[in-house]
Amino acid sequence: MRAVFLAAACVCILCVAAICLFLLVNGLPAFGKIGPLKFLSGSVWRPGSGAYGIAPMILGSLYVTAGAIALGAPLGVLTGVYLARFCPRRARAAGRAAVNLLAGVPSVVYGFFGLVVLVPAASAVFGGSGKSMLTASVLLGLMILPTVISVTETSVRAVPEACYEGALALGATHERAVFFAVLPAARPGVTAGIALGVGRAIGEATAVVMVAGNQPVIPSGPLRGLRTLTANIVLEMGYAADLHRGALAATAVTLFVFTLAVNVLLALGRGKRPA
Amino acid sequence: MGKIDIENLNLYYGEFHALRGVSLSAPERGITALIGPSGCGKSSLLKTVNRLNDLSEGCRVEGRVLLDGEDVYGGGMDIYTLRRRVGMVFQKPNPFPMSIYDNVAFGPRSHGVRARSVLDGIVEESLRRAVIWDEVKDRLAGSALRLSGGQQQRLCIARALAVRPETLLMDEPTSALDPISTAKIEELASELKKAYTIIIVTHNMQQAARVSDRTAFFLLGEVVELGDTSRIFTAPRDKRTEDYITGRFG
Amino acid sequence: MRMRPSLTGKSPPALGRRPLSLLLRLLVTAAAVVTALIVLFVAGYIVINGARRLRPSLFALKYTSENVSMTPAIIGTLAMTALALALAAPLGIFSAVYLAEYARRGSRLVKTMRLAAETLAGIPSIVYGLFGALLFNRLWGYSLLAGAATLAIMLLPLIMRTAEEALLAVPDMYREGGFGLGAGRLRVVFAITLPAAAPGILAGIILAVGRAVGETAALIFTSGTSPELPRSIFSSVRTLSVHMYALWNEGLYGDEAYATAFVLLVITAALNALSGIVSGRFRGGGDG
Repeated sequence: MRAVFLAAACVCILCVAAICLFLLVNGLPAFGKIGPLKFLSGSVWRPGSGAYGIAPMILGSLYVTAGAIALGAPLGVLTGVYLARFCPRRARAAGRAAVNLLAGVPSVVYGFFGLVVLVPAASAVFGGSGKSMLTASVLLGLMILPTVISVTETSVRAVPEACYEGALALGATHERAVFFAVLPAARPGVTAGIALGVGRAIGEATAVVMVAGNQPVIPSGPLRGLRTLTANIVLEMGYAADLHRGALAATAVTLFVFTLAVNVLLALGRGKRPA
Repeated sequence: MGKIDIENLNLYYGEFHALRGVSLSAPERGITALIGPSGCGKSSLLKTVNRLNDLSEGCRVEGRVLLDGEDVYGGGMDIYTLRRRVGMVFQKPNPFPMSIYDNVAFGPRSHGVRARSVLDGIVEESLRRAVIWDEVKDRLAGSALRLSGGQQQRLCIARALAVRPETLLMDEPTSALDPISTAKIEELASELKKAYTIIIVTHNMQQAARVSDRTAFFLLGEVVELGDTSRIFTAPRDKRTEDYITGRFG
Repeated sequence: MRMRPSLTGKSPPALGRRPLSLLLRLLVTAAAVVTALIVLFVAGYIVINGARRLRPSLFALKYTSENVSMTPAIIGTLAMTALALALAAPLGIFSAVYLAEYARRGSRLVKTMRLAAETLAGIPSIVYGLFGALLFNRLWGYSLLAGAATLAIMLLPLIMRTAEEALLAVPDMYREGGFGLGAGRLRVVFAITLPAAAPGILAGIILAVGRAVGETAALIFTSGTSPELPRSIFSSVRTLSVHMYALWNEGLYGDEAYATAFVLLVITAALNALSGIVSGRFRGGGDG
């Protein structure tokens, strides 16, 4: 039976290997045929005429992720601190339930919400179609909230009480003790929460595709539409063939590398946690 | 009248009666040691003086705790000012996860000191008083967590001194330390009493005998005996005190 | 006698003299209020606009382009979730058993497994979708099976991690009790450790169900988007989330989409409530 358990445990490794293999086998030839530099830095994506540059999508992914973090991380961290250290005990359970609900809402529902609420609102305020970098950032910021909140709350609560009491004993107020003694002690956890948020934002496809406009051009402003790496795959996978299909697999490889980078940063951050 | 006077203090945690009719007085510029077996309420008493007990759910205080004759539980007492005047050193060193400098500057900053030059002065003075300046002066920006246990505890003392307190509460400050660090802290305490009123909780009777001027023996939330340290350790009046200091129980 | 309330939550009297503390308190409170408003607005918007658009024809057994019924998608969701779990749950739980009960801590194999699980957990769902399309679709075409296999790989790390945590939380005392009675390791695992960890494992599986119900990007190109009832595991099928995505793709985001969003929200809330009950039992029944 031990062998069965071991075999099951190895499936994970197998899956990662298979995913890497399939992406590379399908993506690398396209990399080669298009030329890696041309592929990554080319600013024109027009599969019909053989132009496969994904620079607009790379920038698009980076922009919306940065926007989502700029909006979602401060709000999430502060709300997490509130739940851990400011919330009346009775309201805490309700707060957590609300955060869990937010975490469980399917991305397609978020996308729909963005489409029927955020897009018209953006259009009314700023003009244009309303499908833009800004709208996508707001929606993604909202989607990463629950991750950032719950990881922040957990890590703030995990800080030893001695840290908090030590600050109070110096005459610090509750607020100062929480923000300047406890929160710094929770920083590795909070950073990990934000990194998880980055991962979620950069990897989100369904919701983004519904509100970002999806023009494969380098976005020239926050009110312009853009296309992310994920959107590029979702939009064209259905009908792509040959080199086009390979280019999409190569897009996935690029996306995979980005998420791996986030994971590595996360692991490094965890390794640095002070004893 | 002492610097700190505790009058008929009763402390409850919910149903639990932790301190029973405790009265004691800590004289100015002296060290008062609280001894007794664990769980007898010594640490609770310390936390009553700087009102850290306020944090405990269901905690209730009866009686009076006076600092310079003013009731710390009275309406006129600002809790933050109280804690500035009454510093505390904890059982386990609890430096904040930040630089040595920021640890010491934490208190002054909490009380509105912002000017870098003033902070620099306070940090140096406090570290000198806690006799750790020479060991850390070249790495003030380094993390406090990289110091040894004994150094961390002296840093915590420096941190407490940085808000210019009048009294220091020390809750078994050497219980987590090796003998050499313990000796350094004891020496420091004897030096600090020239300027501060100190109450020290200790499990170590030799320590109480070595450093303190007055000693109170606690048992099950009550003060069994209170008096000059030399007298308590040479001629205890209560049988239970004698049994405890001669090691017959506890 | 004086009552002293806990400091958390109560505003200390002298706060007004400390502007930074006051500002910080305002800031966290404002953040919490904004978050609460967001939750209320998102959920309220979907509930109010979705509930009133529910009508019987949306639940007709057969999908037509007139009724746009979501019943086949609901059944598809159930089938997809069940099949994905049937694949992932045994694998995940057995892996966890290996890691928690057999493996030497810190061995190279264990480290590799952890790294693999973490990597899997971090891969975007669209990458899974692409992988599934490249591998499983070539084998089985757009099908329930291809979708479930893709989904199973996504759920694997989640089930594995929660099950391992649950197993590690079982006190060694229990195991020693079993060994003391002369039971072998395998018997101890099945008779003692796994039952004791069951609530935690179940909570992980509920989480996995939530992920499965909410997934779109990994399924569009693997299970396809057929609105019909599946006839076998080899027929294409859509889940509710995919149904919603397909509606958007066809430009139909009127009543049907609102109603589907509502149903999905209700399922999410129900799963959350269920997981709350299970983990409550977990904590309460720790000594059982």
